[in-house]
Amino acid sequence: MATVRLAPVLRAAAGGAKQVSAQGNTLAEVLADLYRQYPALKEQIQPEEELSRFVNVYVNDQDVRYLQGLQTAVGPNDTVILLPAMAGGGQE
Amino acid sequence: MGEASREIMRRARELVPEWTPDQVHEALKRKGEGAQDLVLVDVREKHEWNEGYIPGALHVPRGYLELQIEEAVPDKTKPVVLYCAGGVRSLMAGATLKQMGYQNVISMAGGFGQWRARGYEVAQPRTLGEAQRKRYSRHLLIPEVGEAGQLKLLDSRVLLLGAGGLGSPAAYYLAAAGVGTIGVIDSDVVDESNLQRQILHNVSRIGKYKAESARETIEALNPDVKVITYVDRLDETNVARIIADYDVIIDGTDNFPTRYLLNDASIIANKPVVHGSVFRFEGQVTVFKPHEGPCYRCLYPEPPPAALAPSCAEAGVLGVLPGVIGLLQAVETIKLLLGIGEPLVGRLLTYDALAGEFSELKLYRDPQCPACGENAHPENLPTYADVCALSA
Repeated sequence: MATVRLAPVLRAAAGGAKQVSAQGNTLAEVLADLYRQYPALKEQIQPEEELSRFVNVYVNDQDVRYLQGLQTAVGPNDTVILLPAMAGGGQE
Repeated sequence: MGEASREIMRRARELVPEWTPDQVHEALKRKGEGAQDLVLVDVREKHEWNEGYIPGALHVPRGYLELQIEEAVPDKTKPVVLYCAGGVRSLMAGATLKQMGYQNVISMAGGFGQWRARGYEVAQPRTLGEAQRKRYSRHLLIPEVGEAGQLKLLDSRVLLLGAGGLGSPAAYYLAAAGVGTIGVIDSDVVDESNLQRQILHNVSRIGKYKAESARETIEALNPDVKVITYVDRLDETNVARIIADYDVIIDGTDNFPTRYLLNDASIIANKPVVHGSVFRFEGQVTVFKPHEGPCYRCLYPEPPPAALAPSCAEAGVLGVLPGVIGLLQAVETIKLLLGIGEPLVGRLLTYDALAGEFSELKLYRDPQCPACGENAHPENLPTYADVCALSA
Protein backbone atom coordinates (compact mmCIF):
# COMPACT_ATOMS: atom_id res chain seq x y z
CA MET A 1 0.00 0.00 0.00
CA ALA A 2 1.20 3.45 -0.85
CA THR A 3 1.63 6.07 1.83
CA VAL A 4 -0.42 9.25 1.49
CA ARG A 5 0.76 12.30 3.43
CA LEU A 6 -1.86 14.91 4.09
CA ALA A 7 -1.18 18.62 4.43
CA PRO A 8 -2.38 19.94 7.81
CA VAL A 9 -5.51 21.56 6.35
CA LEU A 10 -6.71 18.17 5.06
CA ARG A 11 -6.30 16.18 8.24
CA ALA A 12 -9.63 17.01 9.83
CA ALA A 13 -11.27 15.13 6.94
CA ALA A 14 -9.18 12.04 7.74
CA GLY A 15 -9.81 11.85 11.46
CA GLY A 16 -6.73 13.94 12.22
CA ALA A 17 -4.27 11.53 10.61
CA LYS A 18 -1.14 12.99 9.13
CA GLN A 19 -0.38 9.96 7.06
CA VAL A 20 -2.67 7.20 5.77
CA SER A 21 -2.33 4.19 3.48
CA ALA A 22 -4.16 3.65 0.22
CA GLN A 23 -4.16 0.97 -2.43
CA GLY A 24 -3.70 1.22 -6.18
CA ASN A 25 -1.23 1.01 -9.04
CA THR A 26 -1.83 4.50 -10.38
CA LEU A 27 -2.43 7.83 -8.71
CA ALA A 28 -6.08 7.71 -9.84
CA GLU A 29 -6.55 4.35 -8.10
CA VAL A 30 -4.75 5.42 -4.95
CA LEU A 31 -6.87 8.57 -4.69
CA ALA A 32 -10.06 6.57 -5.33
CA ASP A 33 -9.15 4.28 -2.45
CA LEU A 34 -8.37 7.31 -0.29
CA TYR A 35 -11.82 8.83 -0.98
CA ARG A 36 -13.45 5.47 -0.26
CA GLN A 37 -11.85 5.54 3.21
CA TYR A 38 -12.34 9.26 3.81
CA PRO A 39 -15.19 10.55 1.64
CA ALA A 40 -14.82 14.12 2.91
CA LEU A 41 -11.40 14.35 1.26
CA LYS A 42 -12.80 13.96 -2.23
CA GLU A 43 -14.35 17.39 -2.25
CA GLN A 44 -11.25 19.08 -0.90
CA ILE A 45 -8.83 17.43 -3.29
CA GLN A 46 -10.68 16.54 -6.45
CA PRO A 47 -14.22 17.90 -6.64
CA GLU A 48 -14.21 17.33 -10.40
CA GLU A 49 -12.92 14.64 -12.71
CA GLU A 50 -9.51 16.20 -13.24
CA LEU A 51 -6.97 17.04 -10.58
CA SER A 52 -7.85 20.49 -9.33
CA ARG A 53 -5.59 23.44 -9.87
CA PHE A 54 -5.47 24.46 -6.24
CA VAL A 55 -3.98 21.20 -4.97
CA ASN A 56 -0.47 20.05 -5.77
CA VAL A 57 0.10 16.32 -5.83
CA TYR A 58 3.54 14.80 -5.53
CA VAL A 59 4.62 11.21 -5.97
CA ASN A 60 7.96 10.71 -4.25
CA ASP A 61 8.59 14.46 -4.19
CA GLN A 62 7.87 14.85 -7.92
CA ASP A 63 4.98 17.04 -9.01
CA VAL A 64 2.58 14.75 -10.94
CA ARG A 65 1.76 17.55 -13.38
CA TYR A 66 5.25 16.88 -14.74
CA LEU A 67 4.82 13.09 -14.54
CA GLN A 68 1.72 11.41 -15.96
CA GLY A 69 -0.92 13.20 -13.88
CA LEU A 70 -3.60 10.84 -12.63
CA GLN A 71 -2.01 8.01 -14.65
CA THR A 72 1.30 8.30 -12.77
CA ALA A 73 2.37 4.87 -11.55
CA VAL A 74 2.40 4.44 -7.77
CA GLY A 75 4.19 1.51 -6.16
CA PRO A 76 3.55 0.05 -2.70
CA ASN A 77 6.59 1.83 -1.27
CA ASP A 78 5.84 5.17 -2.86
CA THR A 79 4.65 8.27 -1.02
CA VAL A 80 1.91 10.53 -2.32
CA ILE A 81 1.87 14.08 -0.92
CA LEU A 82 -1.21 16.29 -1.12
CA LEU A 83 -0.60 19.99 -0.74
CA PRO A 84 -3.50 22.40 -1.23
CA ALA A 85 -3.07 26.17 -1.52
CA MET A 86 -3.21 27.65 1.96
CA ALA A 87 -4.87 30.91 2.79
CA GLY A 88 -3.43 31.17 6.27
CA GLY A 89 -0.48 33.48 6.56
CA GLY A 90 0.82 35.05 9.69
CA GLN A 91 -1.29 38.16 9.73
CA GLU A 92 -4.76 37.22 10.79
CA MET B 1 67.08 51.55 4.92
CA GLY B 2 69.75 48.96 5.70
CA GLU B 3 72.06 47.23 3.27
CA ALA B 4 69.96 44.08 3.10
CA SER B 5 66.74 45.91 2.31
CA ARG B 6 68.50 47.98 -0.34
CA GLU B 7 69.58 44.69 -1.90
CA ILE B 8 65.99 43.38 -1.84
CA MET B 9 64.85 46.58 -3.51
CA ARG B 10 67.53 46.33 -6.17
CA ARG B 11 66.50 42.78 -7.03
CA ALA B 12 62.80 43.72 -7.04
CA ARG B 13 63.54 46.51 -9.52
CA GLU B 14 65.14 43.99 -11.84
CA LEU B 15 61.93 41.95 -11.83
CA VAL B 16 59.31 44.66 -11.71
CA PRO B 17 59.13 47.64 -14.04
CA GLU B 18 58.00 50.95 -12.56
CA TRP B 19 55.57 53.48 -13.95
CA THR B 20 55.15 57.06 -12.86
CA PRO B 21 51.71 58.22 -11.66
CA ASP B 22 51.38 60.00 -15.01
CA GLN B 23 51.89 56.77 -16.90
CA VAL B 24 49.40 54.93 -14.66
CA HIS B 25 46.89 57.74 -15.09
CA GLU B 26 47.29 57.54 -18.85
CA ALA B 27 46.91 53.74 -18.85
CA LEU B 28 43.76 53.95 -16.71
CA LYS B 29 42.36 56.52 -19.09
CA ARG B 30 42.99 54.19 -22.02
CA LYS B 31 41.42 51.37 -20.02
CA GLY B 32 38.36 53.53 -19.47
CA GLU B 33 38.18 53.89 -23.24
CA GLY B 34 38.33 50.13 -23.51
CA ALA B 35 41.83 49.93 -24.93
CA GLN B 36 43.66 47.99 -22.30
CA ASP B 37 42.71 45.53 -19.65
CA LEU B 38 44.72 46.13 -16.50
CA VAL B 39 44.07 45.64 -12.82
CA LEU B 40 45.00 48.25 -10.26
CA VAL B 41 45.78 46.90 -6.80
CA ASP B 42 46.27 48.93 -3.64
CA VAL B 43 48.57 47.04 -1.24
CA ARG B 44 48.43 49.50 1.66
CA GLU B 45 46.92 48.87 5.08
CA LYS B 46 43.24 49.31 5.77
CA HIS B 47 43.63 52.60 7.65
CA GLU B 48 45.53 54.08 4.69
CA TRP B 49 42.92 52.87 2.21
CA ASN B 50 40.20 54.41 4.39
CA GLU B 51 41.69 57.84 3.81
CA GLY B 52 41.30 57.56 0.07
CA TYR B 53 42.34 55.41 -2.87
CA ILE B 54 42.62 55.50 -6.65
CA PRO B 55 39.19 54.94 -8.19
CA GLY B 56 38.78 51.43 -9.53
CA ALA B 57 41.57 49.93 -7.42
CA LEU B 58 41.18 46.61 -5.62
CA HIS B 59 42.35 46.54 -2.03
CA VAL B 60 44.69 43.69 -1.13
CA PRO B 61 46.85 44.68 1.87
CA ARG B 62 50.41 43.47 1.47
CA GLY B 63 50.10 41.35 4.61
CA TYR B 64 47.43 39.28 2.86
CA LEU B 65 48.87 39.48 -0.63
CA GLU B 66 49.86 35.84 -1.10
CA LEU B 67 46.56 34.68 0.43
CA GLN B 68 44.15 36.92 -1.42
CA ILE B 69 45.62 37.97 -4.75
CA GLU B 70 44.69 34.81 -6.66
CA GLU B 71 41.08 35.30 -5.68
CA ALA B 72 41.18 39.02 -6.52
CA VAL B 73 43.07 38.58 -9.81
CA PRO B 74 42.65 35.00 -11.05
CA ASP B 75 44.08 35.70 -14.53
CA LYS B 76 47.87 35.75 -14.20
CA THR B 77 48.40 37.03 -17.73
CA LYS B 78 46.57 40.29 -16.99
CA PRO B 79 48.75 43.35 -16.39
CA VAL B 80 48.67 44.21 -12.67
CA VAL B 81 49.63 47.70 -11.49
CA LEU B 82 50.46 47.84 -7.79
CA TYR B 83 50.70 50.91 -5.63
CA CYS B 84 51.34 51.73 -1.99
CA ALA B 85 51.97 55.05 -0.24
CA GLY B 86 55.44 55.79 -1.62
CA GLY B 87 56.38 53.03 -4.06
CA VAL B 88 58.53 50.76 -1.88
CA ARG B 89 56.02 48.23 -0.58
CA SER B 90 54.40 47.95 -4.02
CA LEU B 91 57.78 47.13 -5.56
CA MET B 92 58.36 44.32 -3.10
CA ALA B 93 54.76 43.13 -3.52
CA GLY B 94 55.48 43.07 -7.26
CA ALA B 95 58.46 40.75 -6.75
CA THR B 96 56.16 38.42 -4.78
CA LEU B 97 53.57 38.40 -7.55
CA LYS B 98 56.29 37.57 -10.07
CA GLN B 99 57.24 34.59 -7.90
CA MET B 100 53.59 33.57 -7.86
CA GLY B 101 53.51 33.46 -11.65
CA TYR B 102 51.97 36.81 -12.54
CA GLN B 103 53.51 37.67 -15.88
CA ASN B 104 52.97 41.38 -16.23
CA VAL B 105 53.46 43.24 -12.95
CA ILE B 106 54.13 46.97 -12.64
CA SER B 107 54.80 49.08 -9.55
CA MET B 108 53.77 52.72 -9.40
CA ALA B 109 56.83 54.80 -8.41
CA GLY B 110 56.08 57.51 -5.86
CA GLY B 111 52.89 55.72 -4.80
CA PHE B 112 49.59 57.22 -3.73
CA GLY B 113 51.41 60.22 -2.25
CA GLN B 114 52.64 61.35 -5.66
CA TRP B 115 49.35 60.42 -7.33
CA ARG B 116 47.51 62.73 -4.97
CA ALA B 117 50.19 65.46 -5.28
CA ARG B 118 49.64 65.41 -9.05
CA GLY B 119 46.02 66.29 -8.39
CA TYR B 120 44.61 63.07 -9.84
CA GLU B 121 41.25 61.75 -8.76
CA VAL B 122 40.91 60.09 -5.35
CA ALA B 123 37.95 58.04 -4.14
CA GLN B 124 36.77 58.02 -0.53
CA PRO B 125 35.64 54.61 0.68
CA ARG B 126 32.42 54.34 2.58
CA THR B 127 33.06 52.80 5.92
CA LEU B 128 31.07 51.91 8.98
CA GLY B 129 31.08 54.34 11.86
CA GLU B 130 32.55 53.44 15.24
CA ALA B 131 29.17 52.55 16.75
CA GLN B 132 28.18 50.52 13.68
CA ARG B 133 31.45 48.64 13.78
CA LYS B 134 30.60 47.61 17.31
CA ARG B 135 26.93 46.85 16.70
CA TYR B 136 27.62 44.68 13.66
CA SER B 137 30.93 43.20 14.86
CA ARG B 138 29.59 39.64 14.67
CA HIS B 139 28.69 40.23 11.02
CA LEU B 140 32.08 41.73 10.29
CA LEU B 141 33.71 38.53 11.49
CA ILE B 142 31.93 36.47 8.82
CA PRO B 143 33.70 36.73 5.45
CA GLU B 144 30.38 36.28 3.57
CA VAL B 145 29.08 39.46 5.19
CA GLY B 146 32.03 41.58 6.26
CA GLU B 147 32.12 45.35 5.98
CA ALA B 148 31.07 45.40 2.32
CA GLY B 149 28.12 43.13 3.08
CA GLN B 150 27.09 45.18 6.08
CA LEU B 151 27.15 48.35 3.98
CA LYS B 152 25.04 46.52 1.43
CA LEU B 153 22.51 45.58 4.12
CA LEU B 154 22.41 49.17 5.33
CA ASP B 155 21.64 50.23 1.75
CA SER B 156 18.99 47.55 1.33
CA ARG B 157 15.26 48.01 1.32
CA VAL B 158 12.85 45.28 2.38
CA LEU B 159 9.06 45.47 2.31
CA LEU B 160 6.97 43.46 4.75
CA LEU B 161 3.41 42.65 3.82
CA GLY B 162 1.84 42.49 7.21
CA ALA B 163 3.28 43.23 10.64
CA GLY B 164 1.69 40.12 12.08
CA GLY B 165 2.87 36.65 13.00
CA LEU B 166 5.41 36.27 10.20
CA GLY B 167 6.23 39.92 9.67
CA SER B 168 7.00 40.54 13.34
CA PRO B 169 9.98 38.21 13.79
CA ALA B 170 11.21 38.86 10.25
CA ALA B 171 11.16 42.64 10.67
CA TYR B 172 12.67 42.49 14.15
CA TYR B 173 15.69 40.44 13.10
CA LEU B 174 16.19 42.25 9.81
CA ALA B 175 16.24 45.50 11.77
CA ALA B 176 18.78 44.02 14.18
CA ALA B 177 20.86 42.88 11.21
CA GLY B 178 20.99 46.45 9.94
CA VAL B 179 18.75 46.30 6.87
CA GLY B 180 18.66 50.05 6.30
CA THR B 181 15.10 50.55 5.14
CA ILE B 182 12.13 48.47 6.21
CA GLY B 183 8.71 49.13 4.75
CA VAL B 184 5.70 47.85 6.67
CA ILE B 185 2.27 47.70 5.10
CA ASP B 186 -0.61 46.77 7.39
CA SER B 187 -4.02 48.35 7.85
CA ASP B 188 -4.86 46.47 11.05
CA VAL B 189 -4.68 47.59 14.64
CA VAL B 190 -3.07 45.65 17.47
CA ASP B 191 -5.40 43.29 19.30
CA GLU B 192 -4.73 41.47 22.55
CA SER B 193 -4.99 38.11 20.73
CA ASN B 194 -2.06 39.13 18.51
CA LEU B 195 0.42 39.27 21.37
CA GLN B 196 0.72 35.47 21.58
CA ARG B 197 3.01 35.62 18.50
CA GLN B 198 3.31 39.12 17.03
CA ILE B 199 6.36 40.17 18.99
CA LEU B 200 6.70 43.66 17.52
CA HIS B 201 3.68 44.76 19.54
CA ASN B 202 2.96 44.97 23.25
CA VAL B 203 0.21 45.72 25.73
CA SER B 204 0.60 49.48 25.49
CA ARG B 205 0.03 49.36 21.70
CA ILE B 206 -3.38 47.66 21.79
CA GLY B 207 -5.71 49.59 19.50
CA LYS B 208 -2.81 51.29 17.69
CA TYR B 209 -2.00 50.65 14.04
CA LYS B 210 0.33 47.67 13.71
CA ALA B 211 2.50 49.54 11.21
CA GLU B 212 3.05 52.35 13.74
CA SER B 213 3.68 49.91 16.55
CA ALA B 214 6.22 48.12 14.36
CA ARG B 215 7.99 51.40 13.72
CA GLU B 216 8.29 52.17 17.42
CA THR B 217 9.74 48.76 18.23
CA ILE B 218 12.19 48.74 15.35
CA GLU B 219 13.42 52.28 15.97
CA ALA B 220 14.02 51.47 19.62
CA LEU B 221 16.10 48.47 18.58
CA ASN B 222 18.23 50.03 15.87
CA PRO B 223 18.42 53.72 14.99
CA ASP B 224 20.22 52.85 11.73
CA VAL B 225 16.95 51.56 10.32
CA LYS B 226 14.50 53.79 8.55
CA VAL B 227 10.94 52.49 8.83
CA ILE B 228 8.38 53.44 6.20
CA THR B 229 4.81 52.69 7.20
CA TYR B 230 1.77 52.18 5.00
CA VAL B 231 -1.51 52.02 6.91
CA ASP B 232 -3.20 50.55 3.90
CA ARG B 233 -4.08 47.35 2.08
CA LEU B 234 -2.14 46.36 -1.00
CA ASP B 235 -4.41 46.70 -4.05
CA GLU B 236 -4.31 47.26 -7.80
CA THR B 237 -3.97 51.00 -7.38
CA ASN B 238 -0.90 51.03 -5.11
CA VAL B 239 0.98 47.75 -5.56
CA ALA B 240 3.30 48.81 -8.40
CA ARG B 241 4.18 52.12 -6.76
CA ILE B 242 4.86 50.60 -3.35
CA ILE B 243 6.97 47.61 -4.37
CA ALA B 244 9.05 49.67 -6.82
CA ASP B 245 11.04 51.09 -3.91
CA TYR B 246 12.17 47.73 -2.47
CA ASP B 247 14.78 45.05 -3.17
CA VAL B 248 12.99 42.10 -1.57
CA ILE B 249 9.39 41.59 -0.45
CA ILE B 250 8.40 39.38 2.46
CA ASP B 251 4.95 37.94 2.04
CA GLY B 252 3.14 37.42 5.30
CA THR B 253 -0.33 37.91 3.88
CA ASP B 254 -3.34 35.89 4.90
CA ASN B 255 -5.44 35.94 1.74
CA PHE B 256 -5.37 34.82 -1.88
CA PRO B 257 -6.21 38.09 -3.68
CA THR B 258 -3.22 39.88 -2.14
CA ARG B 259 -0.98 36.91 -2.86
CA TYR B 260 -1.92 36.79 -6.56
CA LEU B 261 -1.75 40.57 -6.81
CA LEU B 262 1.72 40.61 -5.29
CA ASN B 263 2.83 37.69 -7.44
CA ASP B 264 1.93 39.39 -10.71
CA ALA B 265 3.26 42.81 -9.70
CA SER B 266 6.54 41.35 -8.48
CA ILE B 267 7.07 39.56 -11.80
CA ILE B 268 6.48 42.81 -13.70
CA ALA B 269 8.85 44.69 -11.38
CA ASN B 270 11.31 41.76 -11.17
CA LYS B 271 11.39 41.65 -7.36
CA PRO B 272 11.95 38.47 -5.38
CA VAL B 273 9.21 37.51 -2.94
CA VAL B 274 9.97 35.46 0.16
CA HIS B 275 6.81 33.54 0.85
CA GLY B 276 5.78 31.97 4.13
CA SER B 277 2.65 30.48 5.60
CA VAL B 278 1.68 28.75 8.83
CA PHE B 279 -1.11 26.49 10.01
CA ARG B 280 -1.36 25.11 13.55
CA PHE B 281 1.97 23.30 13.99
CA GLU B 282 3.27 23.48 10.44
CA GLY B 283 4.69 26.09 8.17
CA GLN B 284 6.31 26.47 4.80
CA VAL B 285 8.76 28.81 3.14
CA THR B 286 9.89 29.36 -0.43
CA VAL B 287 11.38 32.12 -2.57
CA PHE B 288 9.64 33.27 -5.73
CA LYS B 289 12.39 34.81 -7.83
CA PRO B 290 10.98 36.05 -11.13
CA HIS B 291 12.20 34.12 -14.17
CA GLU B 292 14.69 32.06 -12.16
CA GLY B 293 12.19 29.80 -10.46
CA PRO B 294 8.46 29.19 -10.38
CA CYS B 295 5.99 31.85 -9.27
CA TYR B 296 2.93 31.41 -7.08
CA ARG B 297 0.70 30.90 -10.13
CA CYS B 298 2.98 28.10 -11.40
CA LEU B 299 2.22 26.39 -8.11
CA TYR B 300 -1.43 27.24 -7.76
CA PRO B 301 -2.94 28.60 -10.99
CA GLU B 302 -6.20 29.22 -9.12
CA PRO B 303 -7.28 29.55 -5.51
CA PRO B 304 -9.73 27.03 -4.13
CA PRO B 305 -13.41 27.95 -4.26
CA ALA B 306 -14.66 29.52 -1.04
CA ALA B 307 -16.42 26.43 0.24
CA LEU B 308 -13.27 24.34 -0.20
CA ALA B 309 -10.77 26.62 1.49
CA PRO B 310 -10.35 24.85 4.79
CA SER B 311 -7.59 27.15 5.94
CA CYS B 312 -9.83 30.21 6.12
CA ALA B 313 -11.44 29.40 9.41
CA GLU B 314 -9.66 30.56 12.52
CA ALA B 315 -7.50 27.51 12.59
CA GLY B 316 -5.19 28.55 15.34
CA VAL B 317 -1.45 28.45 15.30
CA LEU B 318 1.21 27.64 17.84
CA GLY B 319 2.52 31.09 18.71
CA VAL B 320 6.17 30.12 18.28
CA LEU B 321 5.62 28.63 14.83
CA PRO B 322 5.35 31.90 12.87
CA GLY B 323 8.51 32.86 14.74
CA VAL B 324 10.34 29.94 13.15
CA ILE B 325 8.87 30.51 9.69
CA GLY B 326 9.21 34.31 9.79
CA LEU B 327 12.87 33.94 10.73
CA LEU B 328 13.46 31.49 7.90
CA GLN B 329 12.00 34.21 5.67
CA ALA B 330 14.42 36.71 7.21
CA VAL B 331 17.35 34.37 6.53
CA GLU B 332 16.31 33.95 2.90
CA THR B 333 15.97 37.72 2.59
CA ILE B 334 19.50 38.33 3.86
CA LYS B 335 20.84 35.70 1.44
CA LEU B 336 19.09 37.42 -1.46
CA LEU B 337 20.31 40.85 -0.40
CA LEU B 338 23.92 39.73 -0.06
CA GLY B 339 23.87 37.30 -2.98
CA ILE B 340 25.17 34.45 -0.84
CA GLY B 341 24.22 30.80 -0.40
CA GLU B 342 21.43 28.91 -2.11
CA PRO B 343 18.11 30.70 -1.71
CA LEU B 344 14.98 28.53 -1.61
CA VAL B 345 14.17 29.24 -5.25
CA GLY B 346 12.10 26.38 -6.69
CA ARG B 347 12.14 24.61 -3.33
CA LEU B 348 9.40 24.51 -0.73
CA LEU B 349 10.76 23.99 2.76
CA THR B 350 8.19 22.67 5.21
CA TYR B 351 8.50 22.45 8.96
CA ASP B 352 6.44 20.19 11.16
CA ALA B 353 6.89 21.40 14.71
CA LEU B 354 5.26 18.41 16.41
CA ALA B 355 7.36 15.90 14.52
CA GLY B 356 10.43 18.13 14.71
CA GLU B 357 10.94 17.63 10.98
CA PHE B 358 11.99 19.75 8.05
CA SER B 359 11.38 18.49 4.55
CA GLU B 360 11.69 19.88 1.08
CA LEU B 361 9.68 19.63 -2.13
CA LYS B 362 10.88 20.66 -5.57
CA LEU B 363 8.71 23.24 -7.29
CA TYR B 364 8.64 23.55 -11.04
CA ARG B 365 8.21 26.47 -13.36
CA ASP B 366 5.21 26.03 -15.60
CA PRO B 367 6.23 27.05 -19.14
CA GLN B 368 2.53 27.80 -19.78
CA CYS B 369 2.18 29.89 -16.62
CA PRO B 370 -0.05 32.90 -17.34
CA ALA B 371 2.11 35.11 -15.09
CA CYS B 372 5.71 34.06 -15.81
CA GLY B 373 5.58 31.60 -18.73
CA GLU B 374 6.61 32.17 -22.32
CA ASN B 375 3.50 34.04 -23.45
CA ALA B 376 2.63 35.49 -20.07
CA HIS B 377 0.69 38.65 -19.40
CA PRO B 378 1.09 39.22 -15.67
CA GLU B 379 -0.38 42.72 -15.97
CA ASN B 380 -3.70 41.33 -16.98
CA LEU B 381 -4.72 38.48 -14.68
CA PRO B 382 -7.60 38.05 -12.25
CA THR B 383 -6.66 38.08 -8.57
CA TYR B 384 -9.92 36.43 -7.53
CA ALA B 385 -12.22 37.35 -4.72
CA ASP B 386 -11.16 36.96 -1.14
CA VAL B 387 -12.44 33.42 -0.65
CA CYS B 388 -12.03 33.71 3.08
CA ALA B 389 -13.98 36.96 3.32
CA LEU B 390 -16.75 35.33 1.28
CA SER B 391 -16.95 32.25 3.44
CA ALA B 392 -16.76 34.15 6.70
